[in-house]
Amino acid sequence: MSKLLKVTSSPHIRHEDSTRGIMLDVIIALLPAAVYGCILFGLSAALVLITTVITAVAAEALWNLALKRQQTIGDFSAVLTGLLLGMNLSSQTPLWIAAIGSVVAIIVVKQMFGGLGFNFANPAMTARIVLLVSFAGQMSNYVSPIDVVSSATPLAKETTFTLKQMFFGMHAGSIGETSSFLLIIGGVYLMLRRVIKPIIPVAFIGTVALATLIAGGDLKLALFGGGLMLGAIFMATDYVTSPTTDLGKLIFGVGCGLITFVIRQFGSLPEGVSYAILLMNILTPHINRFTLSKPFGAGEVAKQ
Amino acid sequence: MKFPESILRPVKLIRGGMHLDHQKNTAEVESVVMPAPKTVYIPLSQHIGAPANPIVKKGDNVFVGTVIAEAGGFVSAPIHSSVSGTVADIKDLTIGNGTLQKYVVIDSDGKMEKDPELKPFEIKDYSDIAEAAKQCGLVGLGGAGFPTHVKLSPSKDVKIDTLVINAAECEPYITSDYRECVEGLNDVIDGVYLIKEKLGIEKVIIGVESNKPRAIELLMQVAADHRDSDDSVKIMKLPSKYPQGAEKVIIYSATGRKLPAGKLPSDVGCIVMNVTSVATLYRFIQTGMPLVAKRITVDGTAVDEPKNLIVPIGTPIKEILDFVGVDMENVDRILMGGPMMGNPVVSDQSVLEKRNNAILAMRDKKPQPQTACIRCGRCADTCPMTLYPAMVETSLRVGDTQKLGELNINYCMECGCCSYVCPAKRDLTQVMRTAKAELRRQK
Repeated sequence: MSKLLKVTSSPHIRHEDSTRGIMLDVIIALLPAAVYGCILFGLSAALVLITTVITAVAAEALWNLALKRQQTIGDFSAVLTGLLLGMNLSSQTPLWIAAIGSVVAIIVVKQMFGGLGFNFANPAMTARIVLLVSFAGQMSNYVSPIDVVSSATPLAKETTFTLKQMFFGMHAGSIGETSSFLLIIGGVYLMLRRVIKPIIPVAFIGTVALATLIAGGDLKLALFGGGLMLGAIFMATDYVTSPTTDLGKLIFGVGCGLITFVIRQFGSLPEGVSYAILLMNILTPHINRFTLSKPFGAGEVAKQ
Repeated sequence: MKFPESILRPVKLIRGGMHLDHQKNTAEVESVVMPAPKTVYIPLSQHIGAPANPIVKKGDNVFVGTVIAEAGGFVSAPIHSSVSGTVADIKDLTIGNGTLQKYVVIDSDGKMEKDPELKPFEIKDYSDIAEAAKQCGLVGLGGAGFPTHVKLSPSKDVKIDTLVINAAECEPYITSDYRECVEGLNDVIDGVYLIKEKLGIEKVIIGVESNKPRAIELLMQVAADHRDSDDSVKIMKLPSKYPQGAEKVIIYSATGRKLPAGKLPSDVGCIVMNVTSVATLYRFIQTGMPLVAKRITVDGTAVDEPKNLIVPIGTPIKEILDFVGVDMENVDRILMGGPMMGNPVVSDQSVLEKRNNAILAMRDKKPQPQTACIRCGRCADTCPMTLYPAMVETSLRVGDTQKLGELNINYCMECGCCSYVCPAKRDLTQVMRTAKAELRRQK
């Protein structure tokens, strides 16, 4: 009897990129802004981030245990969700509220829809919205990084920050959203690593900038004052909840930008990035369906 | 000798595809003729189409090149003995892909005597080229195994204006076509002009990937030949991007024409021939010796000293690997062809067929875990046919056959790009195959 060989279908080689590697890349790209947030807002910010990450991983682990499913915390997607949620919260958020946010993100938004790859909305962002409407008071308690006194985010109140302060993040806001500079560096890293394509961020940010210019608003506030950079680079580009096709990504990005602008300009809320992304998440399957390309050679009349 | 014009650039480039680690370890390793095996097992179905019908019986004496089976239909090819000796048996075996196939078993006398009746094939007119390909037993040597004479007999109402010679060799590891260009250059040159002249083809484009600069240099001699008086034979430097050598892809690069699903190259005015097929056909016409041995690359992660060999058809893989000095202890799987599209064999008792151009003995690395699809879209971005494998997987899972039809899965050529790039390690190429089978079942 000769040796038994393994028989599998082709191809027989695979690229080394993995789901885990991609999640790690996004985490790496977020870290500079996260660390900066901790320096800016102090220990309370670090505690919020640690709480959201640990709770998110624990929630996923317990869910898998309870349902006797294969453990999936090794793919680092729960870590990423926790980190993103934490970066979207104020450093003054009570830790128990932050923990509830992680549980909502992992259990309600992600696992109840089938887990990784099956959620229709971005877990971290949806959880932030849930917290925002449930704990409106505690959630909008921001502090100024300079004197650690209560302060509104630049979008909520007329401020006198310079462009430099705005761009590098010396102003009130969520832990991870203040430094546009570091977020853009993270985005460039992801693009160089080919984890994300520039289409959505450019369309999103570009649309907001253009609409603000036309409306005669303050461009530096619109671009650097709120959650636009964090949302456009890291939340709107979430694979699962954004379109697959390039044309779809463009539509998605422009749609996010328009809704953000409309909410900020005409709504009763100071910030609209989260809601804009959530609304476009819902449209994603339809955008995908209507932007599929024809296969190679389809509709070609044979020459001759 | 006229001075050849500069090397052509591709007319159009396909979207998608990807860069692979070339692993052309054997590029400069000269081919070695493997000694006659003691016994050969020659399968009667080494091509697409009907199996050949055996015309020898147990105990018959045969020589190298003796016809042992006739074509079983128009889309079929005759089979010849690859050794001299005695027919030991004609029987069904499962040593190929695991299904039962008929084999002619021949015990070699070790002399490798040529059949004395072999004589050069005389080409008088147009249709003789196809007849020569048929008597040679020639099938697409790039791996598909489509009988060449069918390709060379297009229906009268289509006009063929371009002959595309495929020397792209885009699969990793394989260098057998490249070695043909180096070692059989004159056969390639003469073969190209013979086919061009007899079939009355206006233009010849020889496509080579940029990772083989020496092949491009050598093949320039084809374009520089005195027979090319009107400068209609050109070399095209193709990007080293898999799957550049796929038929549809190379036609698009060479002519800018898109070949729709279900159509043949002749429908867009092209004939595509592998460079080794051209040389083999020419040698048959010159000597009468049909396709009885094949140049193959033996390489892979379990092979310490990769080689190019010229091996009689029907030689068991075990003997080939022994000859190269491969320790079977290190081998987890054996592939016939390249790592992207090659077929795995069920045992080392399997034998070399006409269409094989490489044997890869692979040792497995630790596989990365499969996760759920994260919808990154890399499969769609890399698909040269602009398909959406991840969406096909979803539709297949929920049994939505209507959606499967809308996703145009019949365009898939199973090049393997989607599975290769998938970070979630999903078996998307197999999903495409299953989806195609599901659609066929529904019809």
